[in-house]
Amino acid sequence: MSAAVQAQPHTRLLLSGNDAIARGVWEAGAKVASAYPGTPSTEILESLALYPDLYAEWSVNEKVALEVAIGGSMSGARSFCAMKHVGLNVASDALMTITVAGVVGGLVIAVADDVGMSSSQNEQDSRYWGRFAHMPILEPADSQEAYEMVKYAFELSEACNTPVLLRLTTRVCHVKAVVEVGERVAHDITGFASDPRRWVMTPANAKGQIPAQIARETKLLALAESSPLNRMEDGKDRRIGFVTSGPAYMHVRECFPDSPVLKLGFTYPVPVGLVEKMASGVAHLVVVEETEPLMENDLKAAGLSRIHGKDLLPRLGELTPNVLIPAIHGLVGEPLPKGSVYPKIDPFPRPPTMCPACPHMGVYYSLSRLRKQVQISGDIGCYTLGAGHPWNALDTTISMGASMGIALGMDKARSEATKDKGVVAVIGDSTFLHMGMPGLLDIVYNRGNVTAIILDNRTTGMTGGQNHPGTGKSLTGEDAPRIDFAKLVEALGVAPERIRTVDPYLLPVVYKTIKEEIAVPAPSVIITTRPCVLSEFYDRLSPLKVIDETCTGCANCIKVGCPAITVKRTETRTRADGTTHELKFTTIDTAMCTGCRMCVESCGPKAIVPAQPTAVAQ
Amino acid sequence: MNDVITNILICGIGGQGVMTAAEILAQAAMAQGFDCKKSEIAGMAQRGGVVTSHVRFGRKVWSPVITPGSADLLVAFEVAEGSRWADHLRPGGTAMVNTIRLAPPIVSSGLYKYPADPVAQMRAAGVPVIEVDAGTIARDLGNLRLVNTIMLGAIADHLPFPASELEEQIVGRFRERKPAMVEVNQRAFEAGRQASQRGNADVSARAVNS
Ligand SMILES: Cc1ncc(C[n+]2csc(CCOP(=O)(O)OP(=O)(O)O)c2C)c(N)n1
Ligand code: SF4
Ligand code: SF4
Repeated sequence: MSAAVQAQPHTRLLLSGNDAIARGVWEAGAKVASAYPGTPSTEILESLALYPDLYAEWSVNEKVALEVAIGGSMSGARSFCAMKHVGLNVASDALMTITVAGVVGGLVIAVADDVGMSSSQNEQDSRYWGRFAHMPILEPADSQEAYEMVKYAFELSEACNTPVLLRLTTRVCHVKAVVEVGERVAHDITGFASDPRRWVMTPANAKGQIPAQIARETKLLALAESSPLNRMEDGKDRRIGFVTSGPAYMHVRECFPDSPVLKLGFTYPVPVGLVEKMASGVAHLVVVEETEPLMENDLKAAGLSRIHGKDLLPRLGELTPNVLIPAIHGLVGEPLPKGSVYPKIDPFPRPPTMCPACPHMGVYYSLSRLRKQVQISGDIGCYTLGAGHPWNALDTTISMGASMGIALGMDKARSEATKDKGVVAVIGDSTFLHMGMPGLLDIVYNRGNVTAIILDNRTTGMTGGQNHPGTGKSLTGEDAPRIDFAKLVEALGVAPERIRTVDPYLLPVVYKTIKEEIAVPAPSVIITTRPCVLSEFYDRLSPLKVIDETCTGCANCIKVGCPAITVKRTETRTRADGTTHELKFTTIDTAMCTGCRMCVESCGPKAIVPAQPTAVAQ
Repeated sequence: MNDVITNILICGIGGQGVMTAAEILAQAAMAQGFDCKKSEIAGMAQRGGVVTSHVRFGRKVWSPVITPGSADLLVAFEVAEGSRWADHLRPGGTAMVNTIRLAPPIVSSGLYKYPADPVAQMRAAGVPVIEVDAGTIARDLGNLRLVNTIMLGAIADHLPFPASELEEQIVGRFRERKPAMVEVNQRAFEAGRQASQRGNADVSARAVNS
């Protein structure tokens, strides 16, 4: 990361798309940059934070991030914000109106679609947002293009008075490729100039500007038709011509080196004229885009009826060579090239686990004990793993912050069978600040009988440990005011006696507190206090071990879910009545164990003890 | 430089250093003047999940992903993971496998079984496997973190550039940040090389015997 920051102009480096974009934003002279973390976009702002002469922040959510960038742009600063695909849904309210008003300083919004869904709750095609909001879309195919296009995006934004959408996918963000970097060009901030007719979006003022927004699209189309980002690459095999964008272009070139390819980087408005020209020279035209048929539909609407696209290709996932080749070969009636010669071996699944000593396990262990008495509405973060083995203690996950409203809805929609169940909402600290607060306020306001558990681990764990207003640090690592969750929820109206703070490592206390709070028919909040194991606030202690002679094989400690605890051997015992049961004797991996002591109380016979007799804190 | 692309798939478990190994390899290839792409899909921040990294280099690399059936080398940091990705090898490609067995919680708690001998499974499927006991070598050298360097040493003689170039890439990093670690990494690299040469001899012997 720092290599890109220090790189002299014209050096060649191996950079991820995210690092390349950060360099491009800085070189473009941007002065304001904002984001809320989200895979695969997170590293853009982490990288930008290292550059001088630019303000960069973690915002509490994507809508605020976009608004900060809008304020920067209105003030004449080149401004940038980044988010993962679903973040743009959150930011969309601001988006839909700023594209009416336009920009002063160039405004670029990078949105990263998780094509292939390596870590997201859906696989949406965010290019819809560009069309919906009438803004141009640029789609880089690799790091070098991402770097170049983000710089061009600022020019385009200012030239056409519009925010620009830089559409990324996981294969752009996280692939490292060779990039040649350049020099920073300074762009001074002009300062905010009051212009209410432009910026105060009353109906009259907005109405006055919409014609210009529509007219702008004609200009953008002309630019797309002549843009060097859209180029024809000729090929001698004219049976199929490809129109393609983003990383799919790379896969097409890999699989069909002799075919003509219309490579689109400036993809909305779609340069129909270029495609028409291409269509006349080939037998079949195939649009290869990830994931929805957006260019394809635009082209069909423009009258190019004889084109292929999603009739051959899937509408989900990446269009990698192993997907493209079988889909396309049928078109020209060629036999399929031979695939892999070695058979697929599938040993066992290996899902991600929580880290040893993750404080979330204390809550899920307790919830799993209460499983029959509670409905558990969950949220998004490392704690979503509570849905899995061995806890199975999460019933819903939809979108960030949704645990609150969904819990309230469940509370208001009780049946005869569920009328006595506790309704619990589980949410992480970063997620609570992102979108959970309004939901809790709604629970209080509407007298919901919900127990909200805020897992305050002092970081945004899921995305790799970013700061937020609850950590006391900013993006750049400086001290920041640290929000007090107990005071915050009290201010939202939760009764002080219904706000409980617990150490999640003390299993009996966690269990008792949850049991008490679900019994009270009022909104209540339980806040946990231990930091994420991977955060700077976590202190490792000396590891524990299981005394083999004392262990009875009950395997209760396994139910805590700590990956440091494993089954060492099993024994089948026959009971007096002839039935059998299996005993599982456990062991603790001392290299993994942090000495958190969470599992100690789960062991009835007290077999879990310090690995060294005179254990001291290291 | 010809048009041949070298495809190396590195696999393992989150937290094992797969990405670092891929990064070092990619940097070494780039230092040779190759175009290079390195791709990884690692789900979430947590430990313990499956991690793969694709490294492709040559005169001009298009797609960043290795198509199943086209990897020249599979570098497995864990033996069952090696078997999981073995179908990505091209005919005649080699699997360089660290023989350590790391069972995930769903296996140790009895929901799934860990295969008795993943290497045998791979060989039964016809995959040429070279075994490297990187865990033991690292322990003998006194530092478990050396697994990474050992595995890179193991593949060093299977690359289209001299082993010394890869070694320099590793050692160079330590020279800057932790000079005290230079020597032990050199030893680890050499130990990995030798282990794989021994393993290779085993593979050839087996080919003759069968
Ligand atoms: C709208 C939206 N933005 C960003 C993300 C990416 N994301 C997933 S979980 C998460 C936050 C996790 O932090 P926290 O709530 O503190 O829980 P932890 O992972 O630390 O347990 C983020 C940013 C997302 N899924 N949706
Ligand atoms: S990263 Fe932190 S929050 Fe996530 S599983 Fe690990 S310890 Fe828990
Ligand atoms: S003390 Fe127990 S729960 Fe904590 S890390 Fe060690 S084994 Fe895991």
